[in-house]
Amino acid sequence: MKMLINVPETVVADALRGIAAAHPELTVDVENRVVARRDAPVAGKVGLVSGGGSGHEPLHAGFVGPGMLSAACPGEVFTSPVPDQMVRAAAAVDSGAGVLFVVKNYTGDVLNFEMAAELAEDEGLQVAQVVVDDDVAVSDSTFTAGRRGTGATLFVEKIAGALADEGAPLDRVAAVARQVNGASRSFGVALGAVTTPAKGSPTFDLPAGELELGIGIHGEPGRERRPMMTSGEIADFAVNAILEDLRPTGPVLALVNGMGATPLLELYGFNAEVHRALSERGVPVARTLVGNYVTSLDMAGCSVTLCQVDEELLRLWDAPVRTAALRWGR
Amino acid sequence: MLDTDFFRRWMTAAAASVEREADQLTELDSAIGDADHGSNLQRGFAAVTEVLEKDAPATPGAVLTLAGRQLISTVGGASGPLYGTLLRRTGKALGDDDEVTQAQFAQALAAGVAAVGQLGGAQAGDKTMLDALLPAAEALATSFDGAAEAARAGAVATVPMQARKGRASYLGERSIGHQDPGATSAALLVEALAATATATDGVDA
Repeated sequence: MKMLINVPETVVADALRGIAAAHPELTVDVENRVVARRDAPVAGKVGLVSGGGSGHEPLHAGFVGPGMLSAACPGEVFTSPVPDQMVRAAAAVDSGAGVLFVVKNYTGDVLNFEMAAELAEDEGLQVAQVVVDDDVAVSDSTFTAGRRGTGATLFVEKIAGALADEGAPLDRVAAVARQVNGASRSFGVALGAVTTPAKGSPTFDLPAGELELGIGIHGEPGRERRPMMTSGEIADFAVNAILEDLRPTGPVLALVNGMGATPLLELYGFNAEVHRALSERGVPVARTLVGNYVTSLDMAGCSVTLCQVDEELLRLWDAPVRTAALRWGR
Repeated sequence: MLDTDFFRRWMTAAAASVEREADQLTELDSAIGDADHGSNLQRGFAAVTEVLEKDAPATPGAVLTLAGRQLISTVGGASGPLYGTLLRRTGKALGDDDEVTQAQFAQALAAGVAAVGQLGGAQAGDKTMLDALLPAAEALATSFDGAAEAARAGAVATVPMQARKGRASYLGERSIGHQDPGATSAALLVEALAATATATDGVDA
């Protein structure tokens, strides 16, 4: 497997040096692995800190900037960052108004952020957490690790980030972040496996004529394998899976997300099918985002995330944002 | 009696074992996880060896507490907090004694294992490191070699289980038929412990 890397051990540090070179508006601490907006801490503003394994780019560092995250801490590939990073990130962006941790529901992320929250509070920081768990492919019960956090992370970070920019207090920012998570659901499919730099070969075999349904963002296989389907059939399957769980009574935000190796030509075609499927089921789409936002290295495939919005959430979604990967309005 | 040097040598042996088996752990993890268990633990235990040399903690408890803190700071993922908690809580339970008996150690390890269960919300049969650690901690009261055997058997016993915790749980029934990488690395740790005891006169006689 050919990869554009030096050695597997330095892929994350190398990428961070590249982010630093491309984005002078960010401070990039390569050694401690913290990416923050250069103007942090912003007086009176709640800090938003997210993080998780690397390999999901542009998540998370690509969403650092005005209107979204204050800082991100990238871990090793597909591995949660460590508490020390999170505490550093929180301290770097805290203006005294407190910090919200946006945590994807994976055992490692949850455990490390919990430890970090304790350590940060010991240092006198006010910390709240929101755990994102939007993936309907996982049946949630007390006997599993619970639903994975995937595409809704972007919705949570954008909307909570806009609210924090307006100067809302920590408890309010946290409440809206939880509201967005509660109103969001995702479903993903893979047309191919992932090759991690550490392993150097695909994490599972997926024959040419088959696809995996219900995948997450870490190269693990999904819940089910089927013969390859058309874009329209996949859209119907994903939308049905989401709407079985989320029964929107109003307009939704739609994210048609590429997993890393699927070109925009295919993603736009798939988006047309998602819109058709939603329209057939009477679900109006307020805004749509198409692209590679919450990826899984070189996985071929896509995910759909829907979030039911009210007027305030839509206003916060439309608010200006200026980050490496998401920017509009200013 | 087990002295500070014993615990330092255990950690060194564990690091060597993880280094040797890293590829196998990653291979097991690629079947039901995300193919990084070996490389993550390798990084963490290399850091443990380094910090133990530099800081030279003075008691058995301090060795394990420091090693645990170092794993939390370097491993990430679920393995960092879980293994970190295992060693930290075992270390804390050992207290400030310069030397500890095997029985004291077995009791402390059981406390560490219980803390892991609490942190991860897992129990026996969930296809996690606990399936190796729980029987090992129980067997340690009588025998180091028995603990190693119990851990290895516990790891193998995870093959037919369906994962209910951690990333493997997302596969549901598809997690059945694969040995759990966490239980496997836990068995390596206990095997390194038994090997350290064998290399130490007067232990496990």
